Parts: sequence; structure tokens; C-alpha cells
Amino acid sequence: MTELGRAAAAALDLILSGDAELAGIVGLSLQVSLSAVLIAALVAMPAGALLAVLRFPGRGLLVVLLNALMGLPPVVVGLLVYLALSRAGPLGSWGLLFTPTAMIVAQAILVTPIIAALTRQTVADLQEEYREQLASLGVRPLAAVPALLWDARFSLLTALLAGLGRAVAEVGAVIIVGGNIAGVTRVMTTAIALETSKGDLPLALGLGMVLVALAVAINATAFGAQGLLRRVQG
Amino acid sequence: MFLARLVAATAPDEPLLPLSVENLTFEAGGTRLLDNVSLTLGQGMRTVVMGPNGAGKSLLLRLCHGLLRPTRGRVRWALDDGEAVRRRQAFVFQRPVLLRRSTLANVTFALAHAGVTLRCRRDRAMEALERVGLGHLAGRPARLLSGGEQQRVALARAWAIRPDVLFLDEATANLDPSATRTIEGIVQAMHEAGVKIVLTTHDLGQARRLADEIVFLHKGRLVEHRPAAAFFERPRSEQARAFLDGRLME
Repeated sequence: MTELGRAAAAALDLILSGDAELAGIVGLSLQVSLSAVLIAALVAMPAGALLAVLRFPGRGLLVVLLNALMGLPPVVVGLLVYLALSRAGPLGSWGLLFTPTAMIVAQAILVTPIIAALTRQTVADLQEEYREQLASLGVRPLAAVPALLWDARFSLLTALLAGLGRAVAEVGAVIIVGGNIAGVTRVMTTAIALETSKGDLPLALGLGMVLVALAVAINATAFGAQGLLRRVQG
Repeated sequence: MFLARLVAATAPDEPLLPLSVENLTFEAGGTRLLDNVSLTLGQGMRTVVMGPNGAGKSLLLRLCHGLLRPTRGRVRWALDDGEAVRRRQAFVFQRPVLLRRSTLANVTFALAHAGVTLRCRRDRAMEALERVGLGHLAGRPARLLSGGEQQRVALARAWAIRPDVLFLDEATANLDPSATRTIEGIVQAMHEAGVKIVLTTHDLGQARRLADEIVFLHKGRLVEHRPAAAFFERPRSEQARAFLDGRLME
């Protein structure tokens, strides 16, 4: 048994004993990332669908830009949100820096392009299939957006999961705008980074296990639900 | 837009037909797919557009319905109001495109976009579904129905908006004989209800069963436009004779 083995054993013990600190960190992680994805989706899904159905000058450029933004580095987003929210920044008076709200804002900005770009692609493919039928029924492109989003609902679940995966796994943005304050803004990824540098491997490893297990559980649930709904709803 | 809808919904019943196609030409990628076609379609007769693959049958229907813009020439309806003209036509495609929602909701969706008030939609949709014999499947997800049933939903959707003209593009090409018979029965009922039927098919039997007049296209050109009986009895053109004899054509 090496150090790794001992750390893994200790990590399992932490998880199974329902350690309060660990539970708090996991809870905050989920709260921040789920909120961020929800907010991002409210903006990104209609925006992505509009970009799919509307034809205007500069649309191609916008699509390229959006796709490029999927790879937005979290630290850059963190830095920009930090600058906006810091005391001297334009939104400094709101006093949001180093709060979970700031972390939600940063992650929402980070995942919005991901959800929007995936939504655009999904809706564009669907629209290709529906175009003539909708035109025949006199449905204008703008009016088609809700119908297309609803009909793409099973595929859009994948876009949401991609967004959630990105949000829950990133460390760069939340550590800059959240500050990794114990009990306030410490989430799984920032805790892993800190505990590793401190040498507290059991907690870091335990958090890592929870993070991976959560990702698997969320995706498995979504996959199952998607299959079931498709069978029941067509 | 809402005012336009209101006006369209309450426009007096001026006749939509005849439909005049004037020097209609359609080119794509430098190829002329429809070449200077002129014809007039009147009320009452079931028009069947025939011809080998690539003759331009589907293209002609899509141009008439306004799904495509002609390169040259034009499509003129007796009525001169774009919104009302579109609203009084329906189109059934070879592959029905149904929304991922219930059968009933597929029909009410079409009614909503045809400007029918919320209160009337359900009853009108149910009535149309009953007419195609699918009333009992109204609550089922439309995408889970069989191919023939899906095409009947498409017909119910078309019928519900009470069109003056119904276009059908190879509507039974993917269906088995029994489903085809059902579809033909519905088309016949719509014809008897006064809906102008314009359909394409390359099923000779179907053309004989349904056609009052034949529009025969070949390589994008109009070759014959005659009453069905005369066309089948004595085709004038060599292309039509070859097609009716089942010979493989250039």
C-alpha cells in the first residue's frame, strides 16, 4: 500500500461517514453549477435557436464566433468577471465578489456559448427536416422557434449536460471570483486544488471521486430518461 | 401581422381557382429542371401530374404552393392576396413531417398557425381526425404511429384547415396497398367535399383510379395536359406512350 492507497481508503471513509465539510462542498458545487446552467440555458437556448432559423448579414461570422467561444478559458472568464465585480470595477458597488453569486455569474458566462452553439446545431438540423412542412403551414421562422426547441427537447438534454459538465469541472473561474473561502465559496474543484497543494490527499481524492461519480450518475440518469421519453413520446 | 391574420381569416370567399401557371421555369445549379411550363388548373377536376423521375412533378407542385420561387414565369391564382392564397392551400408530402407531440396537437398546431381561435381548434381537429379514422389515436404521440397512420394525420392536418386546394406529392409512395387504399379514400372524400386535388404519382394504377385530368411532364417540359380517359386511351406523345407501356425512358 502506497500513499495513494492510504489516501484512497481515507477518502472512501470520508465519503461513507457523510463528512459534513465534504457534504457542504459538494452541495455548494451543485448549487452553483446547476444555477449557472439553468440561467445560461434560459438565454442560450432561444439565442441558439434564433441563430439557427434567422438569416441575416454576418450570421456565418456569428456562428464561427459562437463555436469558438465554446473553448473560452475559464480563467479568462474569471478574470473578466473579477474586473467587473471588484471594488473599482463597474459593478463593484454590488458587493458580489467572493460570493456564490459571483461564481454562478462566471460559470453562466462560461457555459452559455456551449449550450447556445449545441442548440444552434441541433435546431438547424431539425429545421432542415421541418422547413417545407412549416413553410406550408404558414409558420414564420420566428414563430417556429418554440416548436423547434420543443421538438428538439431530447437532443437538447445533451447540450445541457455538456454545459453542466463544463461548469462543475472547471476551477479557473470559480477560484478567481469565489476565492475558495472555506464554508462560503469552496467548491469541489477549488477544494481539490487547495488540498492537493496542502498535501491533504484524502480530502482531495475523496472530492475527486465524488466529482466523477456525480458526473457518471447525472449522465446515466439523463441517458435513461432520454431513452424512456423517446419510447413513450416518440 | 395580427391584423393581416384577422383580415385573412375573415376574407370573403372569393374563388381561389383557377390557377394559372405562366411560362414557369426553374433552374438550380445551372440545370433547367422545369422548362417554360404553362397550364391552367380549374375547380372540380382531380389533376394528376405524371411523368418519369426527374420530370419536374414535385417541383411543379412546390412552385405552385409557393415553397420555391421560379427562376422565370409565375404562378397566378384568381385571388390576389398572398396571405389568403397561402392559407387556402394545403400540401401533403411523400414523407409526413409530424411534430414530436400528440396526434391531436399536430392538428391543432396547424390550426393555430392558420389563425383559428383557441376555442375552435380542438373540435375542428377532432372532427378532422375522425374523418381520417384516427379519432381513437388522438392522444398518442404522432411519431409512434405507423407510416400509413402518420400520412393520415398529415391528411387530417390538411383537411382541418379547410383548404380550397390540396397538393399531394407522392403521398402513398412509401405505403403498402392497404394504407394506400385508405389514403385514396380520404382524398376521394375531400374531392367530394369540394377540395381541388392536385397530386403527383408514378403509380399508374393510382393515376387511373384518381385522375380526371392528366398533366404529363417529361424532362421538365409539359408534354400533355388532357382529360384522363383520353390520355390513357390515346396518348398523343411518344414519351407518354412509352411511359404508359412501361418502357424504360431516356
